[in-house]
Amino acid sequence: MNRLPMVCAPPFDPDSDENLRVNEPLLTEWLVAFLRDEIIRRRGFRKAVLGISGGVDSSLVAFLLARALGPENVHGFRMPYRTSSRESLEHAALVAEVTGIHMHTIDITEAVDGYLRFAPDADDRRRGNVMARMRMIVLFDQSQRLGTLPVGTGNKTERLFGYFTWHADDSPPVNPLGDLFKTQVWALARYVGVPEVIVNKPASADLIVGQTDESDFGISYPKADRILFYLLRGYTVARLVEMGFAEHEVALVKKRLDSTHWKRHLPTTAMLSTTAINEYYLRPVDY
Amino acid sequence: MKINVAMAQMKPRKGDYAANLQRLGDLFEQLEEDAPDTQVLVLPETALTGYFLQGGVRDVALPRERFFADLLRTYRDRVSRPDAALDICIGFYELDDGKYYNSALYATLTACDPETEAALPPNVPAPPTAAGIRHVHRKFFLPTYGVFDEKRFVSRGRNIDAFTSRFGTVAVLICEDVWHSITATIAALKGAQVLYILSASPGREFSGHHLGNVTRWNVLLPGIADEHNIWVVYAGLVGFEGGKGFTGSSQVIDPWGNTRVVGPVIEECLVRATIDLEDVATARAASPLLADLEAALGDVMMELEEVVRNRR
Repeated sequence: MNRLPMVCAPPFDPDSDENLRVNEPLLTEWLVAFLRDEIIRRRGFRKAVLGISGGVDSSLVAFLLARALGPENVHGFRMPYRTSSRESLEHAALVAEVTGIHMHTIDITEAVDGYLRFAPDADDRRRGNVMARMRMIVLFDQSQRLGTLPVGTGNKTERLFGYFTWHADDSPPVNPLGDLFKTQVWALARYVGVPEVIVNKPASADLIVGQTDESDFGISYPKADRILFYLLRGYTVARLVEMGFAEHEVALVKKRLDSTHWKRHLPTTAMLSTTAINEYYLRPVDY
Repeated sequence: MKINVAMAQMKPRKGDYAANLQRLGDLFEQLEEDAPDTQVLVLPETALTGYFLQGGVRDVALPRERFFADLLRTYRDRVSRPDAALDICIGFYELDDGKYYNSALYATLTACDPETEAALPPNVPAPPTAAGIRHVHRKFFLPTYGVFDEKRFVSRGRNIDAFTSRFGTVAVLICEDVWHSITATIAALKGAQVLYILSASPGREFSGHHLGNVTRWNVLLPGIADEHNIWVVYAGLVGFEGGKGFTGSSQVIDPWGNTRVVGPVIEECLVRATIDLEDVATARAASPLLADLEAALGDVMMELEEVVRNRR
């Protein structure tokens, strides 16, 4: 029998990160243009401030801002609490050193503890939220002092997981990373030159000693991102399991996603008229 | 006939029609100084207001006559040669008969009106043509999915027409119109030899060599030009609106599907090219696909009618 050679499509690989790959040079150019347009052209600012935690997200934004505005126009703020890790502070200093941006340090311990004296029973979650909100008070106030615009650093994965303090980390008016999964942030950070020691360390909110994001989630970022990629496109849980993803991991991600929609919205307002803001009366943010 | 076209990819100030009109005046001046042989100036969809306006469409939409009058006044304010004339193809939000549309105006602008022209000394040349609106196309396919919400704020157009301009028989389409191959087919069947496409295309998907939407345009535009052997002139908006950035890439494709010139994705610029209408016949002689379609049109129509009949 004269057999034809066969050419087969490769089977789906749930461990492949192919769908999450980005064209780093193109994306960098785009985000730099976005920052310039949003900060300078639309809002009339020349300078920006951002909180520098020493983690990969804020480091990447510092690099992008330095390119977009010039390092002399970027002010990074370290805002440690007494339990913050020494390593975080050192890595934040390293970002300032490599990018040439201004670095300021404002210790929030007294401010946070001043309030917590009235809440001695506060658990770790409440204490973490107080720290995150205090950092935003500092950032917005310093932004006012310097005549600058605060820039946010939250990524898409933590936004989809609701892994942030509402009206704290998410409050700066401009955010270049909010549509990038964490694994894409890592790739872009490597491309723009964020030091490997920062990109390679386990991600941590650093609100509690020894905390890591992935231990809080119960799933690694690469696995979570691959599942989120398909859930956001409308794939069902059953379909993802059929494709080879672990059922308990898909369920975990889906639960996180479905329980946090509220965190990605403004407060719920009782609609009473046919001119309700953002329901009937619709104007875009930049109008 | 050779035509000098220029595509201006500019960042409008959101909702600030007066400021953007002023900017267009600057462009008229620049063309007169740097490229006085320009015959057709093409600007993107919603060029003088920005695209994502939501309910703000009601604030900026204009009757076509008022829009044309503003363009003509600005042109006459800013050009100095008494015989200057320019065809312009430009996107705007239109108000007509109590409805709003996402439209494109094709008009001829001249440096002086008939009274002034009559008073010109005999040795001063007059404009080669009269000013006036030649055509208005209303967006036929309104994207209303994902980031787009056009049907909520504007009505859809009902026609796809080719029309006679100073520079040949041409047609105008807007953005998603072109993502349906049948619109360009209709324009070509109606005789268009140049297809002007105005667009506001937000960039999305960064996994490939180009942005995802740019890759799509890079397939669509040469495909249209090559299938119907027509010139394609595409003008794309640039700049960011509320985090959504438009991907410029203004370009000209010849009747064989070759990209003759393409502008940058992000930056403002003026893209220029000379197109030769004789190339349409030359290309069609070697690849008579449009003639084949015309010959089979009766059967195509019956097939389409069957599709429509079976949907009911």
